Amino acid sequence: MKKLFLLILSTGLILTACKQTPKEGESANEATELTGSVTIDGSGTVFPVSEAVGEEFFAVSPNVKVTVGESGTGGGFKKFGAGELDITAASRDIKETEAELCKTNNIEFVKLTVALDGIAVVINKENTWATSLTVAELKKIWEPNSTVKKWSDIRKEFPKEDIRLYGPNTSHGTFDFFTEEIMGESGASRTDYNAVSDYNIAVQGVINDKFALGYFGLSYYEENKTSLGIVGVDNGTGAVLPSLETVANGQYAPLSRSLFIFINKKSAQRPEVKSFVEFYLNNAPVLSKEVGYVPMPASDYEAQKEVFKRAIAK
Amino acid sequence: MNNHQKNRIIDLTFKVYGFLFTAISVLILFILLYAIIKAGYSRINWDFLTGLPSRKPENAGIYTAIMGTFYIMVVTLIISIPVGVGAGIYLEEYAKKNGLTNFLEINISNLAGVPSIIYGLLGLGVFVRFFGFGGSILSGALTLSLLILPVIIVATREAIKAVPSSLRDASFAMGASKWQTIQYVVLPTSFGGILTGIILALSRAIGETAPLIVVGAMAYVPFAPKSLFDTFSVLPMQIFTWTTRPQTGFAVAASGAIIILLLITFIMNGIAVYFRNKWQKQLQ
Repeated sequence: MKKLFLLILSTGLILTACKQTPKEGESANEATELTGSVTIDGSGTVFPVSEAVGEEFFAVSPNVKVTVGESGTGGGFKKFGAGELDITAASRDIKETEAELCKTNNIEFVKLTVALDGIAVVINKENTWATSLTVAELKKIWEPNSTVKKWSDIRKEFPKEDIRLYGPNTSHGTFDFFTEEIMGESGASRTDYNAVSDYNIAVQGVINDKFALGYFGLSYYEENKTSLGIVGVDNGTGAVLPSLETVANGQYAPLSRSLFIFINKKSAQRPEVKSFVEFYLNNAPVLSKEVGYVPMPASDYEAQKEVFKRAIAK
Repeated sequence: MNNHQKNRIIDLTFKVYGFLFTAISVLILFILLYAIIKAGYSRINWDFLTGLPSRKPENAGIYTAIMGTFYIMVVTLIISIPVGVGAGIYLEEYAKKNGLTNFLEINISNLAGVPSIIYGLLGLGVFVRFFGFGGSILSGALTLSLLILPVIIVATREAIKAVPSSLRDASFAMGASKWQTIQYVVLPTSFGGILTGIILALSRAIGETAPLIVVGAMAYVPFAPKSLFDTFSVLPMQIFTWTTRPQTGFAVAASGAIIILLLITFIMNGIAVYFRNKWQKQLQ
């Protein structure tokens, strides 16, 4: 027993000893001297951006402990409202009930937009008929108690085959956003579809089924471009395919959304949090694109920096 | 056909039936292992084990997740062994067989079947918020301790029950007190069984994600925990995060992390089997 304990202990010590040391040769400037911690939680959609920013921030300020969680937009706001977080990420705007929670706990916050994202409506590669759908048709497919059972229920000339649907389950901000934009009411959706918690399952489902249709974040389509088909969304001005350009310039409507971070104003007074948020806005254009999202135009980032500056000056 | 022949056919049918299903379950296990190892073995190297999490799947490592898992497991052990084994000894050796004891026993058995997410919510309410430990190693370990305590208590009691009464009687006959008997006879004899229970309970705890997410395990933690109050990540959390990412490189990294987690679990189970055999031999 003693031997076993020693073995476990020594394994731990060896692993501790292997810890990476920060790169040498970096001049000691203000940033490297920052200490403290930045606690971030919230949307799993925004997580990759925050993770990327955290990773780069670590290179300049290795003594600041940046941790990022992904308990979801709703879960993040609950913790944020309880004062447990410095920053929470969200793939939709804050709800009234969540804002009230912040108010009761005297938490003031500032909302910043850090990137854009599109929701892709996808089909099987062999699907040659549904390359564009109107917003009204999407509503007909996804609305509660929808009568669409076969493709031909959408348009008469479509094949008389059963349609199989894939989408995120109700815990996703993507679900809230899609139902809000298409049905006009957040959470209003038919329930007889394959509701997934992991988008990769929806990707596989659509890849393997000629008569499937699904929706999820654009980055999941971009990564599987060669094996998935895409639906152009027609909001009355012609079908538009989602891409970096059409999402950034707002043409891909209504399925483009903003990704936000909410910062606790009290936390933002701490130098490491302030420095981290500024770093976030400076690097989001490059990093958000790298992890699969759409950066805003440069002028919009400047505007966000201005918003943050004014918020913490008070 | 007489009765004897009939019974032989029934015997044979059941043997084939049993073999078939054992074979199927082993086969499924091997297919899973094969698929995971094929997908992830190329990713496993020293950089992967000592690297920090990263947005680039080819650079991403599991160092902080392994360290988080390690610290959580050690603290869980420190908390749950004295409490669990102590409660087991009390219930088996000291407690009088009355209504209260029965009530306790039934509740402990029921607790063993409570879904882990419920423990997570309890941990969030009690340790994270009420005691103010935050989303720390301590909160995570306390929550996991609660989760595995029923298993340890039940295993301890079963192991103590299996100690032959002749040994115990011999000890009393030598004039030993109750505690001396427990210390020198009962515990050493049942140690193999208790240890097996502890390690099986730990094997369960090491794979838990749900309660730790609720308690506040983070998905991106670029430093190893240094104190009980540090935030942490664990291997299952890292695997979960990676499997939901769109880039295929993260799926490979997740497979690599799964292999490491399986390896740790296998080693722990191996230790359990080793000690069980060793102590059983000693007893004989």
